[in-house]
Amino acid sequence: MSQELDALYQEIILDHYKNPHHAGLREPFEAEVHHVNPTCGDEITLRVHVNDGVVDDVSYDALGCSISQASASVMTDLVIGRTVDDALSIHEEFLTLMQGKGSVEPDEDVLEDGIAFAGVAKFPARVKCALLSWMAWKDATARSLEASAR
Amino acid sequence: MIPGLLPELQVIRKDFPILERTLAGGQPLVYLDSANTSQKPQVVIDAMVDHLERHNANVARAMHQLGAESSEAFEAARDKVAAFLGAPERDEVIFTKNASEALNLVANTLAWAGPRQLREGDEIVITEMEHHSNIVPWQLVAQRSGATLRWFGLTDDGRLDLSRIDELITERTKVVSFTWVSNMLGTVNPVAELTRRAHAVGAIVVVDASQAAPQLPIDLAAMAPEERPDALVFTGHKVVGPTGIGVLWGSRALLEELPPFLGGGDMIETVAMERSTFAAIPHKFEAGTPPIVEAVGLGAAVDYLRSVGLDAVHEHERAITAYALEGLATVPGAKVLGPLDAAERGGAISFELAGVHPHDIAQVLDVRGVAVRAGHHCAKPAHARFGVQSSARMSSYLYTTPEEIDAFIEALHYTRSYFKVA
Ligand SMILES: Cc1ncc(COP(=O)(O)O)c(C=O)c1O
Repeated sequence: MSQELDALYQEIILDHYKNPHHAGLREPFEAEVHHVNPTCGDEITLRVHVNDGVVDDVSYDALGCSISQASASVMTDLVIGRTVDDALSIHEEFLTLMQGKGSVEPDEDVLEDGIAFAGVAKFPARVKCALLSWMAWKDATARSLEASAR
Repeated sequence: MIPGLLPELQVIRKDFPILERTLAGGQPLVYLDSANTSQKPQVVIDAMVDHLERHNANVARAMHQLGAESSEAFEAARDKVAAFLGAPERDEVIFTKNASEALNLVANTLAWAGPRQLREGDEIVITEMEHHSNIVPWQLVAQRSGATLRWFGLTDDGRLDLSRIDELITERTKVVSFTWVSNMLGTVNPVAELTRRAHAVGAIVVVDASQAAPQLPIDLAAMAPEERPDALVFTGHKVVGPTGIGVLWGSRALLEELPPFLGGGDMIETVAMERSTFAAIPHKFEAGTPPIVEAVGLGAAVDYLRSVGLDAVHEHERAITAYALEGLATVPGAKVLGPLDAAERGGAISFELAGVHPHDIAQVLDVRGVAVRAGHHCAKPAHARFGVQSSARMSSYLYTTPEEIDAFIEALHYTRSYFKVA
């Protein structure tokens, strides 16, 4: 019984949940978005600062379950300091993992701590939790790029 | 044994085939999500299957024996629902798709031309503990009509704050709409008192009985006219009936004043290309082929509840709820939202567990076969009022046993140890 739970709640996830990285809202930023999961009410406010094609900072204020909180923390670790293009391809990779219903083998070189979410993909009700911050980041990044293009 | 439990509880459980199934890992099912949707007894399932196997035809428009049988079954369901509510007249019972559609029917038709049409300067009064289905339709109607939406706030212990009633219910008030029993806090609201106050200023009263109909005896005809709401809605799937069907009961006076809602077959008297005239109630509000087999199922469902006895169901809910509240008090960090006295609340208990998010609670419980709900339960404003973003909710029904509550409480202790908050 606890095996099944342990597949979902990997130690890495619980660690990020208890000690989230890059939490809080910071300046500067070009775009701020607010995303909610309408079924459970989980929320995130997220800011993106892009400088010269590089994700300089991602800051956030999130309310939600362990999966959604840990996912935001892992996501910031993965995208901050990367070029937007690299970060977007990591986003793609994470999305594929989450939508794979448990059949996708995660690549640790790309996803690092993100591989801990492989088990979440087997719990359809929780996939949205894991994707909330990633979707918010993609949206905010697109808006940052638009803002700087103007 | 706990006093108040249904004496034939084990027999009742046998009526619900789903309660025998097991879940992943051979776990027995502990279904504590009945406020979300109730399970169905065999008689309801059989009534629906029998209708489909033997009597299926359209109603009101089929000129053959099956058509007559189907129409008779459909209208018999209306009689059963009328008896269940103690409706003064059976034609005051309108079948809808669910409670949400019933509330939208009333709200929308109040915005359209007619003697009750809402206008600028008029006020609609609701409460902060409503389900979204009794908030959003009124917001939309307020926007369209220019009327103003106002609401009762809540006290810290989860009751309606009636201290401002004189400021809220005034001669500008045209509609007062509120839930009888809260789906989040479990609070039972004072229907008679609120209705009397609203009627005194000439407002109509709409009661959302989605959580009341499953567990409280309702007798509309027995209510004093000044304390009887003008409309009352509930949804089939929470009263051991099927999904796809809900009920709007409205007084004849109100239903005759409201313009038709949806146009279509069966709701007309005569149609010419320029204009149409409309059928009398209930058909005026039932455009198109209705949910026939669902109505048959609902009829069987309310008959089933009446045969058990709504007073007995209510007693059982109170006993189980009291037992669950006692159990929750033994779980460190558990905090119940809403009144703590089982005598004054319905059978839904929303709670928080310090250090564990509601989603995570529900997940751990699910692995142990205990089904509860997590989230905002379609009552975001009520959660916001208590400064919480979401909660977990256990809700019992006439088939819930004390042993299931024990399993639930034990699973909460396990949840705390799993997340190391112990
Ligand atoms: C108090 C209350 N009102 C309205 C509803 C809406 O019911 P339905 O979704 O069947 O329309 C519910 C159930 O979710 C409820 O609990």
